[in-house]
Amino acid sequence: MKEVKRPIKKVDGYGLVSGKPVYTDDLAPKNSLVVKILRSPHAFARIKNIDVSKAEALEGVECVLTYKDVPKNRFTRAGQGYPEPSPYDKYILDEYVRYVGDEVAVVAARDEITAEKALKLLDVDYEVLEPVLDFEKSKGSKSIIHPEDDYQSEVFVSSDPKNNIAATYEMSIGDVEGEIEKSDVVIKERFYTQAQAHVMMEPHAAYSYIDMQGRLVIVSSTQVPFHVRRILARALDLPIKKIRVIKPRVGGGFGGKQAIHGEPYVALVTLKTGKPAKVYYTRKEVFESTYTRHPMRFDVTIGADKNGKINVIDVRGLSDTGAYGEHALTTFMVAGSKVLPMYNKVKAVRFGGDVVYTNHAPAGAYRGYGAIQANFAIESAMDMLAYKLNMDPVKLREINMIREKETSPIFKIMGEGREGVDMIVRSCKLDECVEKGAKKIDWENKFKTKKEGKKVKGVGMAIAMQGSGIAKIDMGAATLKLNEDGSFNLLIGATDIGTGSDTILSQIAAEVLNVPTESIIPYSSDTDVTPFDVGAYASSTTYVSGNAVRIAAEKMKEEIIKAGAEYFEVSENEVEFDGKEIKAGERKITLKKLAEVLYYNENQKQLSTTGSYVGEESPPPFMAGYAEVEVDTETGKVDLLNYVAVVDCGTPINPNLAKVQVEGGLAQGIGMAMYEEVKYDKNGRLLTNNLMNYKIPSRVDIKKLNVELVDSYEPTGPFGAKSVGEIGIDTPPAAIANAIYNAVGVRIKDLPITPEKVLRALKEKK
Amino acid sequence: MKIILTINNVKREVEISPSEFLLDVLRRLDYMSVKKGCDTGTCGVCTVLMDGKPVLSCSVLAASADGHEITTIEGLENDPEFKAISNALLEEGADQCGFCSPGLILNVYAMKKELKNPSEEDMKKYLVGNLCRCTGYVPQMRAIKKYFEVKA
Ligand code: FES
Ligand code: FES
Repeated sequence: MKEVKRPIKKVDGYGLVSGKPVYTDDLAPKNSLVVKILRSPHAFARIKNIDVSKAEALEGVECVLTYKDVPKNRFTRAGQGYPEPSPYDKYILDEYVRYVGDEVAVVAARDEITAEKALKLLDVDYEVLEPVLDFEKSKGSKSIIHPEDDYQSEVFVSSDPKNNIAATYEMSIGDVEGEIEKSDVVIKERFYTQAQAHVMMEPHAAYSYIDMQGRLVIVSSTQVPFHVRRILARALDLPIKKIRVIKPRVGGGFGGKQAIHGEPYVALVTLKTGKPAKVYYTRKEVFESTYTRHPMRFDVTIGADKNGKINVIDVRGLSDTGAYGEHALTTFMVAGSKVLPMYNKVKAVRFGGDVVYTNHAPAGAYRGYGAIQANFAIESAMDMLAYKLNMDPVKLREINMIREKETSPIFKIMGEGREGVDMIVRSCKLDECVEKGAKKIDWENKFKTKKEGKKVKGVGMAIAMQGSGIAKIDMGAATLKLNEDGSFNLLIGATDIGTGSDTILSQIAAEVLNVPTESIIPYSSDTDVTPFDVGAYASSTTYVSGNAVRIAAEKMKEEIIKAGAEYFEVSENEVEFDGKEIKAGERKITLKKLAEVLYYNENQKQLSTTGSYVGEESPPPFMAGYAEVEVDTETGKVDLLNYVAVVDCGTPINPNLAKVQVEGGLAQGIGMAMYEEVKYDKNGRLLTNNLMNYKIPSRVDIKKLNVELVDSYEPTGPFGAKSVGEIGIDTPPAAIANAIYNAVGVRIKDLPITPEKVLRALKEKK
Repeated sequence: MKIILTINNVKREVEISPSEFLLDVLRRLDYMSVKKGCDTGTCGVCTVLMDGKPVLSCSVLAASADGHEITTIEGLENDPEFKAISNALLEEGADQCGFCSPGLILNVYAMKKELKNPSEEDMKKYLVGNLCRCTGYVPQMRAIKKYFEVKA
């Protein structure tokens, strides 16, 4: 292999580091109207009246929109496959506002200062309603967050809006109660995970204009351009063909841009005024009015025999989707489907619960997507089980975890929103990950060393799995086009949001064609130009889009051979193509020359091929995470001294970029474990609405990350690769909690693990 | 009001409003490498050099930059130090979404001039204001250490 399995630089790297104007706001036309959104100060209210006259009269204001001016089509902002597994519970602007930060009205003005002034001139009369701010009390509460009669939801989502339920899910295999009864050792514990903010460095941004054919063009910092087009078409009542969505470079997403956010507002302004319009969210808006991770509660019961063989896992969950049901069902199902199959030898397993509405900022997609939440609960509970059994937690995993060529019935039962697909795990080096990680952290010694003193060290571990795209649902496609100089355009719907997917997809095409990666010119994504792809989510790009690129390139190779055969006037099986030259016996022509001939001289034609791919299965990447902490018993402060992550992501296409994906994921997971928490006051107002109150890990907080990718080969992946975008985030919460227990014997069961909680637990222990 | 800014060695007279911040003026003048990431001076993506010293352009009133020299990444493209820093980042794959890169590079550039033989801890402290959500910092630090040729 020449081009894959190589740590080449990102193809867009130089443009990024040299600060070229490549992000949405850098590119917006200078004459764009500036769009600002008035947001609700109340957690739950009905708008009785909005007086826009003063704002409209302000010099420089071009348009003011309220709920009276928007199409009344309920939709979901969630960027998912269609029909979406999320309820249609949102208008572009609604008479009801359901959280502090919800959209009330839109102003477009010639500049920012005027737009802001106009916002202040809007006079809104609210009927304040009783909000639901505690997700454990939402179900059946007197306050109904979605009383609307045009609420719509697919049957399989099992929404029950009258009871504040956005989605419900239940599954069960085997005799759960019976197996619990029969178990020698039973662990029964409750865990909580918090809302986490994405904090991608580039805030949400979009601009729009009308093109020369009268079509609406949206340029957006999005992970899902094709979903944006489809959702906008519905929300705005426009045919899909009237909308074009372009994604330039994106400054990070992590799931936070797997939805529409500012797009409908600029679009409406452009449609009303005919003028270009742009929106650039303030950091406060990003915190207050986009997405968080779904907070969840889990009641976990695990039963095992005295030798540590786990017989049964029972998980009862409750998830808080906030004001809108975006990704409600699917994140909840992933909490089960991307954790439970790791323990595939159980005799019985059950997973279920509700996803409820509250009057908090909507929860949405976020790297890990339910899996990290449940991983914390289940992997913490496993640790507790190990201690109860007096067994090494590593050993407990080794006895019970999934291995290569095995399967789990859960793969078939639980998909995302629907049934899943049966699958044998063809590549699984989890055993090797566990073993290597233990060595790297020096588990044998550190786990057992005596725990004493003011500052105590400890180690903890957790294992994780994720997926590679959503099998049988998510499709990606790629088009290759030969240029007259022998280079290729690679048009991909797959959406590079900083992950390096343009680079690795180019590497895949280059490998198949046996050309240098520099001969491939990737372009992503533009709904007019690039073929369809669901976008950057669910760890799909390397596997799903990568396979699409592989297929397109294989077809291109055939086309080149065919064109060579025509050129030499021989049959195709006499022709060879080695990446540089096309040969038939003694005769040969360079690709460059053949391309030129095809363009200008003989038998002229464009060589262009398209490959599409939808996963028949979703091969999970696996990993083992090991944390070493030092706990200050006087202050409760936890120092994360080292984090070892050993990952099976198949054969990485670009080992550097795969590794950085894991490192970035770990840091975000460490943030969730120890630092980050979205907090509200008692009226539902966000307290953590800036980067000072909402702390993400800084350079100083992240000490040592030690990532290793093990040798693995996924036969269904492109050149053996699986996806790697999410797996890195999953283990830190549990591994760190487990390490703290190992150090000082206190068990923190709700995230984040703050010094206050540790100190309180230490005091209670005494 | 009118101020004089020397941006990347080019002196220009700029019309500003007294309440405008340097960040907004620079972006208005098409120095798009200067990014906006927060409202509280906490993210570092708006870093520029003022008379060679790193400042957060979102927190500097444009009026107070009157008469000063401003350097943005656009002004460093041919500078060998810029090439070395950026190449080190590229080689580690530490340019993920890249939104934090220009600000970080300017700060590293200034750090090299300011600190002699910094330890990794010194570097981290110096760069602590440059947040990055993509890389977990570790690959950036690998790159920066390489650039400084400090052995870990
Ligand atoms: S924009 Fe965040 S520090 Fe300046
Ligand atoms: S590379 Fe994305 S924020 Fe640093």
